[in-house]
Amino acid sequence: MGRYVIRRLLQMVPVFIGTTFLIFVMVYALGDPVAAMFGDRAPDPATAAQIRHDLYLDHPLPVQYLHYMGQIFTGNFGKAATGQPVTELMGQAFPVTLRLTLVAFAIEAVVGIGLGLLAGLRRGRFADSSVLAFTLLVVAIPTFVTGYLLQYFVGLKWGLANPAVGDGAPLGDLILPGIVLAGVSLAYVARLTRTSVAENSRADYLRTAVAKGLPRRRVVTVHLLRNSLIPVVTFLGTDIGGLMAGAVVTERIFNIHGVGYQLYQGILRQNPPTVVGFVTILVLIFLAANLLVDLLYAVLDPRIRYA
Amino acid sequence: MPDLTDATTATGTAVPDAATAATVPAGQREKTRSLAGDAWRDLSRKPMFYISGLLILFLIVIAIWPSVIASGNPLACDLAKSQMGPTGGHPFGFDTQGCDVYTRTVYGARDSVAVGILTTLGATLLGSLLGGLAGFFGGFWDSLISMVSNIFFGIPILLGGVVFLSVVKGGSVGTVTLFMVLLGWPQIARIARGAVITAKQQDYVQAARALGAGNTRMLLRHILPNALAPIIVVATIALGTYISLEATLSFLGVGLKPPAVSWGIDISQASNQIRNAPHMLLWPAGALSVTVLAFIMLGDAVRDALDPKLR
Amino acid sequence: MTVIDETAAAPGAAQTTPLLEVRDLHVEFHTRDGVAKAVNGVNYSVNAGETLAVLGESGSGKSVTAQAIMGILDMPPGRIPKGEILFQGQDMLAMSGEQRRRIRGRKIAMIFQDALSSLNPVLSVGYQLGEMFRVHQGLSRKAAKAKAIELMDRVRIPAAAERVNDYPHQFSGGMRQRIMIAMALALEPELIIADEPTTALDVTVQAQVMDLLAELQREYNMGLILITHDLGVVADVADKIAVMYAGRIVETAPVHEIYSAPAHPYTKGLLQSIPRLDRKGQELYAIKGLPPNLLHVPSGCAFNPRCPMAQDICRTEVPVLHPAGPGRGSACHFWKETLGE
Repeated sequence: MGRYVIRRLLQMVPVFIGTTFLIFVMVYALGDPVAAMFGDRAPDPATAAQIRHDLYLDHPLPVQYLHYMGQIFTGNFGKAATGQPVTELMGQAFPVTLRLTLVAFAIEAVVGIGLGLLAGLRRGRFADSSVLAFTLLVVAIPTFVTGYLLQYFVGLKWGLANPAVGDGAPLGDLILPGIVLAGVSLAYVARLTRTSVAENSRADYLRTAVAKGLPRRRVVTVHLLRNSLIPVVTFLGTDIGGLMAGAVVTERIFNIHGVGYQLYQGILRQNPPTVVGFVTILVLIFLAANLLVDLLYAVLDPRIRYA
Repeated sequence: MPDLTDATTATGTAVPDAATAATVPAGQREKTRSLAGDAWRDLSRKPMFYISGLLILFLIVIAIWPSVIASGNPLACDLAKSQMGPTGGHPFGFDTQGCDVYTRTVYGARDSVAVGILTTLGATLLGSLLGGLAGFFGGFWDSLISMVSNIFFGIPILLGGVVFLSVVKGGSVGTVTLFMVLLGWPQIARIARGAVITAKQQDYVQAARALGAGNTRMLLRHILPNALAPIIVVATIALGTYISLEATLSFLGVGLKPPAVSWGIDISQASNQIRNAPHMLLWPAGALSVTVLAFIMLGDAVRDALDPKLR
Repeated sequence: MTVIDETAAAPGAAQTTPLLEVRDLHVEFHTRDGVAKAVNGVNYSVNAGETLAVLGESGSGKSVTAQAIMGILDMPPGRIPKGEILFQGQDMLAMSGEQRRRIRGRKIAMIFQDALSSLNPVLSVGYQLGEMFRVHQGLSRKAAKAKAIELMDRVRIPAAAERVNDYPHQFSGGMRQRIMIAMALALEPELIIADEPTTALDVTVQAQVMDLLAELQREYNMGLILITHDLGVVADVADKIAVMYAGRIVETAPVHEIYSAPAHPYTKGLLQSIPRLDRKGQELYAIKGLPPNLLHVPSGCAFNPRCPMAQDICRTEVPVLHPAGPGRGSACHFWKETLGE
């Protein structure tokens, strides 16, 4: 088990470097951060050169990258367009987005697995077809469309929920955005669970469990679900990054001042430190989530653990 | 009787067990059928396949010749008619700029379908090529390609899209497609790699190798046909999600940009006015959803036909 | 040794109630291509301490009958249109689901063919064994584990206490099958159904596992239904044999009589197709043709297209199980001729 963890950690290193480098190249090499600072005005060549030097932009790309990563690991993410340190923005934005993501994640996991289990156990019957049709619709309608529709109907017309999220993003306000954010992933989880349950319910060991005289509840929860959830857990874990990225859209619809909002501001104002900083942290979270999933995977499936 | 007992315990002989006779679905061995033929038979029985197929055909036709059903010009707008409801000859009403929503909705199909199809083609070709090579040759190439695709996987596609496209400032079908291929191929590569490895381990492929079949022959005759089914399935479903992604990027203002006519742009512009003029949002949003639904439904039907195990 | 007797079911003839009695059992499966009649009127019985071997090819209905007894048939597509399964005199088909569940595992246990796929891959064997005690006897986790170790010792798994937390894939095939046996024995059931318990094992291991099963059966005085297609296994451990073909019992007999004088051409064919040392060099006999398609069972005697003795009557009339001596029965119109040859 220990060796497995270490191996996974080592495999993460090149992925982390590669991913952050890719983002770095996109922002710094393809764009012109100095020109962006001055907006439409042409910068004074001497000032521009000075800034370039200060930002290490006159060095080769790999050196720039190393310099930047060194800064990041000492906690210096640079300054946002407003002059605030990026870390300060992060301190405000991440708790909000994290809360939104957790709400969405909970909805995705509970409702998705529930629906999938229902459909998988009643394969070919009405409940199954309904779940399939529902998931098809949810996947097909883009998030921002469902977002606006729900905001319009639930928030504005029926007044069931707050159409915009208030200051500090209270949990109650996050439920509607959470549903919107969870939507597509929820559908995938439901389908994955359904397939997995349907496949496992035909397995020999399930027949054994029935032959042992176990009550149906135990057969389903201990034997069927435990095995069926292995691929679902993998998906859920890797989807945490997807949810946080999807927050860019959801936060815009519901006017939430989280990571998506700041990232969007950073892009609009062409502020590289904000963009690269936020994305780097997101990638780190994403990778950490993946590692967690791998560990969980090993806990759930002993065949992996001892491989 | 001792001789029989001796003989049987010594050899563990069994009754000639005709394993070919299945308990229940006998009678399916009557004629050999190809996977493609089988899949087609299965598809031709599904109403979902016809509905989605007809919808897609219709979409492609209006993407190529939008003027067939919309005579107006999507860019001919009259500010005086801003946000007006439906009138004669303008069944969907007008948007904020006073453009005809019906015409814009019809013309919006072109770029969406183009981006979707081009991205799918690009990502599928690149993905199956790289994934196939990784799976077939293994070793160093496998490690390299797997690592690169893991790196791309490390960036959630929407996030990467926002960052990349905001820097490149493209806004044309070409740039958006290019980016989406760039972040889309690892998904296909992963499937292709897995499929090739599975196919390679099949006994009959091993047998072909043992009989001296060369690499090219192995790939074309044995491995490709087996790896094709899962790739087709994933690609068809991905097409739907690519269209959805393009609309999302355009909605965020980093994808297609005006004067391009795109559902995403129109939805983005309508979203501020949802209280005053919901019709501006409804039509492009509906068109987009139906399009994505059609492709996903087709993908679903194809998957069920090609991979009966998942049913 | 008790022998099967077709008249035992008739009033007056019943002396003691058998442990298990299957009466006129029919099972069919509804498929897209039609109704497959997997079991067509099977009768058999087993007493405590007795071993009944059910012999037949794949698709003969031997496993389906066992699954019907166990109550683990997939319904739908399976259906039991007719028949009774009496366990200690009570018809299990008339019981509620909950009543049947209480019998499963506790009174009747089953051993499956492929232990690797029949054991849950993600739960330790100790957990899976202990589960029996926790569910049926309400034992604590700890007590259940102690019982599991005891059971593993019982089926002679070396270092049971250390291996109790291991997972199925960490055991060898023979050891895994021992765990299956331990699981079936856990609550000392009165009847064990073993469905091809040694087919997936190496020949050398087969004998060990079979001996263990037979020994434990004697020790606990359990009834055993041994489903197999392996005549070698049968000869050593069974008391009586029921040969099945196309969902029917075609011959029943005490074990040694069937070897010396089969009363059905199918049984005879099976025996002749076994390689024997004294016939070395001669061509091995094979029953011609293929097992019947259950969707289109031949009219008359289902075996007639493959039978060397088939006459016109075999193509029109389904033979009943004729009494063919003490404890014997043969569903052949020409059982006398077959016996007499």
